[in-house]
Amino acid sequence: MTKLHIDPMTRIEGHLKIEVDIEGGKVVDAKSMGTLFRGFEIILKDRDPRDASQLVQRICGVCPTAHGTASVRCLDNAFGVKPPTNGRIIRNLIYGSDYLMSHILHFYHLAALDYVKGPDTAPFIPRYEGDYRLDPKINKIAVEQYIKALDIKQKTHQMVALFGGRAPIVYGMVVGGATEVPTVDKMISMKWRLQEIKDFIDNTYLPTVYLVAGAYRDLFSVGVGCKNLVSFGVFPLDDDEKSFLLKSGSYTKGKDLPLDQAQVKEYVKYSFYDDKTTGLHPSKGATISDHNKKGAYSYVKAPRYRDLPHEGGPLSRMWVTNPVLSKHANKFLGIDEKKEIRFRDLGGKAFSILGRIAARAEECKLVADAMDKWIMELKPGTPSCVKVEVPKEAEGFGLTEAPRGALGHWISIKNQKIENYQVVAATIWNASPKDDMGNLGPIEQALIGTPVKDIKNPFNVARVVRAFDP
Amino acid sequence: MSISRREFLKYCAGAGVALGTSGILLPEIVGALEKAAAGNPPVAWIQGGGCTGCSVSLLNTVHPNIADVLLKIISLKYHPTVMAAWGEKAADSLYDMAEKNKGKFFLAVEGTVVTGADGKCCTPGKFKGKEVTFIKLMVDMGSQAAAVLALGQCGSYGGIPAAKPNPSESMGVSEFFKLYKIKTPVINIPGCPPHPDWIVGTIAHVLMFGVPELDSHGRPKLFYGTNVHDNCPYRSYYEEKKFAKFFGDEGCRVELGCKGPESNADCWKRGWNNKVNWCIHNSLCLGCTEPGFPDSFSPMYVKTTG
Repeated sequence: MTKLHIDPMTRIEGHLKIEVDIEGGKVVDAKSMGTLFRGFEIILKDRDPRDASQLVQRICGVCPTAHGTASVRCLDNAFGVKPPTNGRIIRNLIYGSDYLMSHILHFYHLAALDYVKGPDTAPFIPRYEGDYRLDPKINKIAVEQYIKALDIKQKTHQMVALFGGRAPIVYGMVVGGATEVPTVDKMISMKWRLQEIKDFIDNTYLPTVYLVAGAYRDLFSVGVGCKNLVSFGVFPLDDDEKSFLLKSGSYTKGKDLPLDQAQVKEYVKYSFYDDKTTGLHPSKGATISDHNKKGAYSYVKAPRYRDLPHEGGPLSRMWVTNPVLSKHANKFLGIDEKKEIRFRDLGGKAFSILGRIAARAEECKLVADAMDKWIMELKPGTPSCVKVEVPKEAEGFGLTEAPRGALGHWISIKNQKIENYQVVAATIWNASPKDDMGNLGPIEQALIGTPVKDIKNPFNVARVVRAFDP
Repeated sequence: MSISRREFLKYCAGAGVALGTSGILLPEIVGALEKAAAGNPPVAWIQGGGCTGCSVSLLNTVHPNIADVLLKIISLKYHPTVMAAWGEKAADSLYDMAEKNKGKFFLAVEGTVVTGADGKCCTPGKFKGKEVTFIKLMVDMGSQAAAVLALGQCGSYGGIPAAKPNPSESMGVSEFFKLYKIKTPVINIPGCPPHPDWIVGTIAHVLMFGVPELDSHGRPKLFYGTNVHDNCPYRSYYEEKKFAKFFGDEGCRVELGCKGPESNADCWKRGWNNKVNWCIHNSLCLGCTEPGFPDSFSPMYVKTTG
C-alpha cells in the first residue's frame, strides 16, 4: 500500500489536503482535510444582524453572492419581511450572473488543466505529465478558449455589478430586497451583456465540454460517490416562492424525497471542534474549536442530511430538477436531436467526474436562458426593497444553492443583536470528513476505487476532487 | 519604448478616467512592461486565511486584460488558484523559485496571517516534504523576498478574520513582520476586495520603478490618496442637506450608514467592473479600504460618521 498526500490541492477555493491510500493501482481509502480555521460564526456573534449579509460574503470570494443570498433570506425570515417582485428578481439576476461566472471559471480555469496541456510557460508549468489525451489541434483550441473565457468571466462580473454595485462581493442585496430601483438603461445593459455570455455558453462552453469528454470517456465511470443527493432549491420564480428554477429535494438511498431542513445535522467527531457540539441541528449549533483533538483530521464539520452523507452541487440539482438537456448532449450520446432527453437519462454516467462537469455546463445554460426572461419581468421605477426594522428577538433560516452545493444559514437574535449564527456551507457537504457513525464524506467516497495509473502523476485523484468544484 | 515615472503616475491617476474607461494602463505602458517582462523578477502569490476574493478581483482587470498580465507582464511562478501543478510538484516549485531568486522576487500575500494554535489554524501545504504552517511559510518567503504586496484588507490589516474576537489570532503582514523582526518592505493594497487596477498598477510600479510612495497606512498614494466623501458625485446633496432615507432614494448616503467620509480610495472616479457601477451609486461605502474594517465601521447600516 502507498500513501499519497496532495497538499496543497490547488485550483480550488481555500485550503484542502487530500490523503489517499493506493493498493493494486486503485484508491482504497481517502481523507479530505480542511486546513484553515477562521471562525466566522464566532465573529458574527453580538453584531447588528444586518451586518451579517456583508460579513458572510467574505467566507468565499468565488461565491460571495451565495452567502449573501443565504444571509438576506435568513434575515428576511427572521425579520418577517418579504421582498417586492423587483427585489426578488434583482437578487436572482445578481446571483444568476455569479453562477455563470463561477461555472465558467470552474471549467476553464480550475478544472481544464487536468485535461488540457497548457503552453510551456508559468503558470502552466510546472505540471504533471502523462495523461493529456486531446488531439493537438483540439488542445490548441481549448487553450485559446481558456484565454477567451477570462474575458467572458470578467464580463459576467460586470453583470453582477450592474445591480450588485461591484463584484466580487456585492452591496446590492439587503434584508427586505435589493438596493437599486431598476432603470430601462440598466435592464438593457444587462441584456446585451447576457447575449454575449449566452452565445459563449451555447457555442463554446457546452460543445467543448462534450468534446473533452469524448477523449476521456472512461471518466464517466470514475468518482461515483455516495449517490445521495440534496438540493435546497434556488432562484424563486414567484414572490410566494411556490416554485424555483432549480428545485429543492433529495435523492436518498435511491428514493426522491421532499426537502425537510429539520433533517440537517452537523457532526464533529473527526473535526477539530468540541465533541459536545456534535449531532446538532444548525439552529442550535455551536462552533467551539479544539485544535489538538485526538483523532480529528479536518477543520470542516461533517453535515449530514437524514443522518447520511449527501452530495451537493450541479449534479444534485440537475438530478432533482431533471430538466431537458441541450442538443449538444443529444449529439454526444448519439440520440436524434428531435428527441428530448432529460438529465436522468444519463443514468449511472451522471455519478462520475464527467457527469458532474456536464451537469455544471448544462445548468449554466439553464440559468442563462432563464435570466434572459427575468430581466424583462423587472418593473422599472418601482421599489426593490421594503422597510425593515431589526426585531428585538427572533429566529430564522435562509436556504439556497451555492454553485457548488446546498447552503443554509441559521440565526437567532436577542436584544437586536446576533445571539447565534450558523453557516452550513456548500463545500463542507462534499469535502466533509467522516461522521460519528463512520460514514466517509462524499469526496472521500468518490475517491475510493479511483484508478491511479502512475502514482508520480496522480491525475485521476485531482480530477475527482476538482469535479466537485470545492 | 520607455515611459517616465511621472507619465506613469499621470496615467494611473486619471488618463483612463478621462477616456471613460477604468483601464489604468494605456497600450504604451503595457508595451513597455512586456518588453521588460523577460527580465522581470518573478512574482509568487501565496494565500493564508483568505477567501480568494482578491484573486477573483484581479482576474477582472480590463486594460491590460488578465491574459496579458499573466502571460506577458508578470512572471507568476506560484499561485494556488491558477497554477497547473498541485501537491508536491506545486509546493516544491515555490521553495526552488525562492532559492534561485533570493532577495529578488516579489511576494504577494492574499488572506490574513493566521497564527492561532501555533499556526495550526492554517497549514497551506506540504513543502519539501514537511507540513508547513502559514507562519513558517511567511517567515521563509517573507524574509527572502525583495518586497511584499499585502493584498486586501486581510493581508494589509488582518481583515474580517481578525475582527473581534479574532478567533484565529490573525493579523496583517506588517504587524506579523514587526513581531518576527522581518525587515522586507511591505506595500499594502487594501480593499475587500481591492480594485484590480490597484493591484495591477502597484505591481507595474514596483516592476518598473520600485516601491511607490506610500501613505501613513502603507498604501500607495496614487490610488488611496483621495477622500471618498470629499470627491463623491453625491457631495452636493450633502451640502444641500438632502439625505437618502432608504435604498433607492435620491440624496447623500450618510444617513444610511455610508462611511465615505472616513474612506480614502479613488472608487469615486475609477468605478468598478469596467466602470459599470460603484458602491455608493448602488447603496453606500462600508470603508473596506481602511485599517480597522470592519470593527471600526460597525454597525454598517447605521449613521456613524459625517
